Amino acid sequence: MNSMEGLVTQIQGLSSTASDVLMLQNLLKQANDSLHAESTRLLPFLDQLDPSKHSLGYLYFLEACTAGPITKEQASSYVLIIARFLSSCVSEQIRLASHKFISVCKRFKDQLVLLGEPLRGVALMLTAIRKFQSSTEHLTALHPEFLLLCLLAKSYKTGHSVLEEDIFEVDQPKDLFLYCYYGGMICIGQKHFQKALELLHNVVTAPMFAVNAIAVEAYKKYILVSLILHGQFSTSLPKYSSSAAQRNLRSLCQLYFDMENSYSNGKIGDLETYVQSNKERFEHRLCIFYQDNNLGLVKQVVSSLYKQNIQRLTQTYLTLSLQDIANTVQLSSVREAEMHVLQMIQDVEIYATINQKDGMVRFLEDPEQYKTIEMIERIDSSIQRLMILSKKITLTDELMSCDPSYLSKGCRERQKFDFDDYDSVPQRFNV
Amino acid sequence: MDGEDDAPKSLMEEMYANGIEGVDDAPSSSTSTTIRKNRPIISGEQLDIEAYAALYSGRTKIMRLIFLADHCDNSGMQLEALRMAYDELKKGENTQLFREVVQKIDGRLGPNYSTDATWCAMVDRKADQRKDKLESELNAYRTNLIKESIRMGYNDFGDFYYAHGALGDAFKSYVRTRDYCTTSKHIIQMCLSAILVSIEMGQFAHVTSYVSKAEQTPEALDPPSIAKLRCAAGLAHLEAKKYKLAARKFLEVGPELGNSYSEVIAPQDVATYGGLCALASFDRTELKNKVIDNINFRNFLELVPEVRELINDFYSSHYASCLEYLGNLKSNLMLDIHIHDHVETLYDQIRSKALIQYTHPFVSVDMRMMADAFKTSVAGLEKELESLITDNQIQARIDSHNKILYARHADQRNATFQRVLQTGNEFDWDVRAMLLRANLLKHEYNLRASRKI
Repeated sequence: MNSMEGLVTQIQGLSSTASDVLMLQNLLKQANDSLHAESTRLLPFLDQLDPSKHSLGYLYFLEACTAGPITKEQASSYVLIIARFLSSCVSEQIRLASHKFISVCKRFKDQLVLLGEPLRGVALMLTAIRKFQSSTEHLTALHPEFLLLCLLAKSYKTGHSVLEEDIFEVDQPKDLFLYCYYGGMICIGQKHFQKALELLHNVVTAPMFAVNAIAVEAYKKYILVSLILHGQFSTSLPKYSSSAAQRNLRSLCQLYFDMENSYSNGKIGDLETYVQSNKERFEHRLCIFYQDNNLGLVKQVVSSLYKQNIQRLTQTYLTLSLQDIANTVQLSSVREAEMHVLQMIQDVEIYATINQKDGMVRFLEDPEQYKTIEMIERIDSSIQRLMILSKKITLTDELMSCDPSYLSKGCRERQKFDFDDYDSVPQRFNV
Repeated sequence: MDGEDDAPKSLMEEMYANGIEGVDDAPSSSTSTTIRKNRPIISGEQLDIEAYAALYSGRTKIMRLIFLADHCDNSGMQLEALRMAYDELKKGENTQLFREVVQKIDGRLGPNYSTDATWCAMVDRKADQRKDKLESELNAYRTNLIKESIRMGYNDFGDFYYAHGALGDAFKSYVRTRDYCTTSKHIIQMCLSAILVSIEMGQFAHVTSYVSKAEQTPEALDPPSIAKLRCAAGLAHLEAKKYKLAARKFLEVGPELGNSYSEVIAPQDVATYGGLCALASFDRTELKNKVIDNINFRNFLELVPEVRELINDFYSSHYASCLEYLGNLKSNLMLDIHIHDHVETLYDQIRSKALIQYTHPFVSVDMRMMADAFKTSVAGLEKELESLITDNQIQARIDSHNKILYARHADQRNATFQRVLQTGNEFDWDVRAMLLRANLLKHEYNLRASRKI
């Protein structure tokens, strides 16, 4: 007890300036084990500490408290404590003990899930992320937890706001995989299929030495989203994806590949029978946390086939009767055909007018003339953005070529490759 | 073109009608006037087997007759063909083929046309004797090392094997003469023999290589040989489905061919194959320059007036009569050994070209008139046009309500803008993904490096 008391006073004393905080950190590290030993009795000490001023100390204590198994009643009280802490902690101090912070947040999430109230944690996690990140381009371990909470709470918009930022720095590959996978699911929930495709593509083509389960699940969703968006799907992964992925992913997701085959035939009847016959297998592709299992996505794929077929018709016909559309696309009635076309016009997927008197649809050209000011602004902003990106690339390239590990490896490998490729690397390099 | 001299009104009518009246005119003009002089053999009427077989000689005659018998439905024609094959085989020494033909006849032609075992045995015995003789002669020549004699020896061997139907051995023997060829004439002779055997075997890759080999010694080539080589090359291209090249080769064949290559091909065939391939693969200018204005080829086309008529009809846009000629010719073309499996493809290509050429000069086309011109229904025409539009061979749109086809030209400016924006987006995405992956790799590498240390 005395050591705890002493520790508390030291925390209170040494939390004011940066150098003091560093000293405090060393002390706390040494005291870590004793803290863990006393974990059950630390709760009252927390009241003596103020989270906004003594964030580092509070963090250590909190982490030790929550280290053991927690019952449901305890969980609710802990949730309150952690919530207060997260909203008021100071970012410089918590960054010093990043592992502890991450584990506290993870436990926070677990407790919320246990209590079945994910919505409470959404905003708090967001603030936690903002405080923890060194820059908006940095992916932390907290991002996937946050997205998970958003998914469970179905607050897709908040999740989406985080996804808007570009990520360039990653601590742990696993974080990235989870982040992209959950992010993809959030985008699917909001029907932003293009962004979902990008995120899932990142998972599937990321460098990995062995195929992991996240990549497999992501690949399945990737196939489905690709079918919905583009109506087709390239069966080979791009060259830059890892060899492990290229070899193995296909065999693990055979069900979805076959679906793609029946999709490309364009016959809605075939596709529907395929889905029906494999229904349980689609349903089992269910991970315990998520509401949108793949069956929902699969149904969307089936309905998108109608859209693809109608799109194809716009290429060859100027006007077409609703009856003919219903026949070609294999819809059951004229009314259904009209509904589909109407829906597509409203979603701005095709440009057409329906003449109900004759039962005719007239397909129009895309009215965009590319002459407006908005269009010019859009092009201009695109150009600016791309120029910034290119600068970033050249910068990264320069940094890489000065990196000592690259240079040493390049030296060693030099004999194996072409002279020209390795011209920029010195003959000998000793670190 | 036909209507140029008439008054404008009848010119318009003729353009729209597109050869519907022409159908009545055509048979009278082509067949009745020229009919007695030079009866066309490959024509719309039923094939006259005797006349057909008279065009060829040697092994190809027999093969063609057998093919005819296998593929035609009319049993009368079948038996006629088999009978002629039997007679022809009796004059030769190929007992293997003889037995095959007898089996096919199956006793239907009476006792005169059954297995003549004595004849077979006699021929086989003679063959063995001759073979032994040739072998001993060849050995003698080989010990004497006289190049010319060795070459002649191998040549004789080749001829012997060919006559007996052992085509592989024949080919090998002919090829062996290569080492003993001294003058370019010898080389030409070897090449021609090799080409002949290869065509019979159906190995057209050899044909192409030997044709090019022969063409490399131009000084010894007399015009008939040049013509023969071009025919062979054309056949090789036809088999390889390269219709444009085949057409060009056939069109270059000069009139010196005459009947000199009857072991392989008849001038009527040159005209038919060349004409059809040209029609299926040439564009309008090439068709005019190389076929219609080609004086040499005109001589060949005279032998098959229906093909000549159909080419002219196509060029002058009388599609209905052109397609009708094609339909008539089809049954006879299916009985020809070289072109029978290409007929469908060529016909489809010609029909598509006709459709495309019809729509090309117009901004809008009434599909009902077009369907009349092509003798199909409007619905069928719509399906065909739809597939052509999807393949991007016609730039148009169908107004299904009024049944009109409207030409459509892509707006370059809009398309460019669209592509620009799309490329920008793709670049953006690719670069961001790439930076992310680079970061991951760097992290992996650092991790592994730190673990090693």
